[in-house]
Amino acid sequence: MSAVTTSIDRRNFLKTSLAGATGLIVGFYLPGRREVLAAGTEPAVLNAFIHVSPEDKVTILISKSEMGQGVVTSLSMLAAEELECDWKRIHWEFAPADKAYFDPAFGMQGTGGSQSVHSGWVPMRQAGATAREMLIAAAAQKWGVDASECRGENGAVVHTATKRRATYGSVAEAAGKLTPPTDVKLKDPSQFKIVGKPTKRLDTPDKVCGKATFGIDARRPGMLHASVEHCPVFGGSVVSFDGTKAKAIPGVKDVVPIMTGQPPVVTGVAVVADNTWTAFQARKALDIKWDEGPNANASNASIFREFEERSQKEGVVARKEGDAASALSSASQKVEAVYRAPYQAHATMEPMNCVADVQADRVDIWAPTQFQTPSQQIAAGIAGVTPDKSFVHTTYLGGGFGRRGWSDFVIEACQLSKSMKAPVQVTWKREDDMQHDYYRPASYIKMAAGLDASGKPTAFTARVACDSIMNWFFPGSIKNGMDSSSVEGVQDIAYDIPNILVDYQLTPGPIPMGFWRSVGASQNGFFSESFVDELAAAAKKDPYEFRRDLLSKKPRHLGVLNMAAEKAGWGKPLPRGVYRGIAVLEAFDTFVAEVAEISINKDNSVRVHRIVCALDCGQVVNPSIIEQQAMGAMVFGLTQTLKGEITIDKGRVVQANFDTNEPLRMNECPKMEVYIVPSKEVPRGMGEPAVPPVAPAVCNAIFAATGKRIRKLPVRSEDLA
Amino acid sequence: MAIHFTLNGKPTTLDVNPDMPLLWALRDTLNMTGTKFGCGMALCGACTVHINGEATRSCITPVSSLAGKKVTTIEGLSADNSHPVQKAWMEIDVPQCGYCQSGQIMSAAAFLAKTPNPTDAQIDDAMSGNICRCGTYNQIRKAIRVAAKLQAGGSKSASSDTGGETESAMERADVLAGGAE
Repeated sequence: MSAVTTSIDRRNFLKTSLAGATGLIVGFYLPGRREVLAAGTEPAVLNAFIHVSPEDKVTILISKSEMGQGVVTSLSMLAAEELECDWKRIHWEFAPADKAYFDPAFGMQGTGGSQSVHSGWVPMRQAGATAREMLIAAAAQKWGVDASECRGENGAVVHTATKRRATYGSVAEAAGKLTPPTDVKLKDPSQFKIVGKPTKRLDTPDKVCGKATFGIDARRPGMLHASVEHCPVFGGSVVSFDGTKAKAIPGVKDVVPIMTGQPPVVTGVAVVADNTWTAFQARKALDIKWDEGPNANASNASIFREFEERSQKEGVVARKEGDAASALSSASQKVEAVYRAPYQAHATMEPMNCVADVQADRVDIWAPTQFQTPSQQIAAGIAGVTPDKSFVHTTYLGGGFGRRGWSDFVIEACQLSKSMKAPVQVTWKREDDMQHDYYRPASYIKMAAGLDASGKPTAFTARVACDSIMNWFFPGSIKNGMDSSSVEGVQDIAYDIPNILVDYQLTPGPIPMGFWRSVGASQNGFFSESFVDELAAAAKKDPYEFRRDLLSKKPRHLGVLNMAAEKAGWGKPLPRGVYRGIAVLEAFDTFVAEVAEISINKDNSVRVHRIVCALDCGQVVNPSIIEQQAMGAMVFGLTQTLKGEITIDKGRVVQANFDTNEPLRMNECPKMEVYIVPSKEVPRGMGEPAVPPVAPAVCNAIFAATGKRIRKLPVRSEDLA
Repeated sequence: MAIHFTLNGKPTTLDVNPDMPLLWALRDTLNMTGTKFGCGMALCGACTVHINGEATRSCITPVSSLAGKKVTTIEGLSADNSHPVQKAWMEIDVPQCGYCQSGQIMSAAAFLAKTPNPTDAQIDDAMSGNICRCGTYNQIRKAIRVAAKLQAGGSKSASSDTGGETESAMERADVLAGGAE
């Protein structure tokens, strides 16, 4: 591969300065993808910043939220690779909310979709290379030599012939006055010194001593603590409330209504106190009369009944190839199945929270947010200031998994600060967090397939019925009845089947929907890869070989499938009572195959002994973080396979804490192995793609062990009795 | 009524509602936010501290129970990340989001103090009260084995035994790229 030359339109290049900062600051407009910007916003997609201070402090500004996925380290590595600075002395900061940091994929500043490394891959390296060239130019000017005779090395400019050396800090101020170069050469990957190497995370030291500041740790002078009693029924509201008894409790400052929705109605009542525990306790003394609204009778049974009814009718076509109906009717063997998946809560370890300080002419929020731009706009709206007077201080996130793309906690903190005329921290109890989430959609799917006499699939049909995440996130945004996130993981089935029809019945419901680690693939991957296993069984073929034969035109699927099978020792004998299952999926342009080894305990519970994961996420930025993310995703996937479930009764969530919705614990955690298939493709994300194959791999192993096909998650011991 | 106890080696007085859990007295009264709130019901272990050396869930421990006791929080485990468990956690790069890790580290430190040479089953038993939603369990297992060696004074051997763990995925990739497999 040759060195990449990047051309940067001078108009698209922006030299800017942070308040009070001196020295060199570099950032980029990222050309392209402007069509995703909302009307009225400027096409400024400034993606990366590097700050070199005269004191030789190199700071990388991180425009993404760090929620465990290692983005602070990965993005810093990309910039440092080209900057030629001393990695051991690198500093970083979370960037403020600004159009400069919009992600071109989203048209706003936010973190999700396993997007960060992919969208930072070129701009962060360009930022590093441009900064380096400007520093070199400044030093060359000072020395009266040609810039081409100098190089950047370990945080300094070196004149190769005379070995003169100027630290970056010593020339930073002069460099900041230069016109940035319009094109810079990026290194060929063979020259990488940092990128691609196992590199320790920059955030670890602060995370082993309690120093890392999460949203819940933000403290402001004079800050009050609040907690909100929300209407237990989705869509309900407050008729009236009496805070007299709560206000009589020592330490309680006030009782304040919370307004949400369009048009705004009172949906919660907050207690504001001088500490969190008092606010929690005083909520019990609130006297609230609720209007439970139209959803008071909603239940799992009523919701799934609606899915089933909807699935009787044709949906909006997501994918159509050939004539699946005729191929099905003429097939020599037909396989049909219905699968279900439940709602899932994010259950981040750090419950929702936010600190807001609303003042007359500005608002500041300290927020564990994934989406800075909506948070900034919402805070500005409540404070009655323009967005440029709305300052988002992004903290560490104690887990995100998609939950913190919503800004409900920001609304509460800002309303309370405005009302109290003081900084206020709102903290949710675990019960609030679990019962007022934006859930992974529950989903229902009917699938059918036809096999010819040799066992080769000739037709595949799938009809999905579930609510739409996008319709909840951008109300009214779904015009044609199609939300691709509802069908991803089944619509993109990769097998060589000539006739395919996938359609979707958008089924609006009362339960708030949200992005959950790996989104639609989290349930659809279970559906499609379990059903393909059913087809292998119907064809009387080995599940690995069956998949392999149907993926001959899909090299990246095949690459991970073969590696997972090889590393797991597919086909080789296992200890007595242990069985294997396999699954392969693509999600967010990353390819993952997993082989699970399980046994069935005497009480019919499932023991997962080992999962082997092979993945292809393009070029590798930090293999250590890839391994971490793959293992973490497998644990997340095991929770949804074996344990996690949110159910609805009387319009409210049944589960409340980790006793009734319990994540996987260490004693249930299998051995995990991660193998990376080498690739020269552009890097893709690893935050999510290892989640979807877990459930089908485990359930296919259960079938191998018992002959019982699991078509509904989570797996319950009664299903195996 | 004021409660007197020792916090991270220093005499400390708390004059709060005696029913207030230690967790909230630490976080909101003393502004020591390293100890985390996760569930409020001793289900997740994020709030784990040591009371007289025992790993204890501070979210259900009322301040009234602390009189005369010795409390250690994550801030007091060491001044400079030099506790063997902290060193091991850095060597293995355990944390992802990091929110549960104060509790994980405090549980591990109390466990290793009593069980210097743990078996894998003992590690799982001791640590299963601490939930990690990011799924760092395999890394925690490794780090506890490293910490046990560091605690025994074998820092070099600990390092050479496990230093390569985080490189495993890439080494495999290199091997495969070179066609050696």
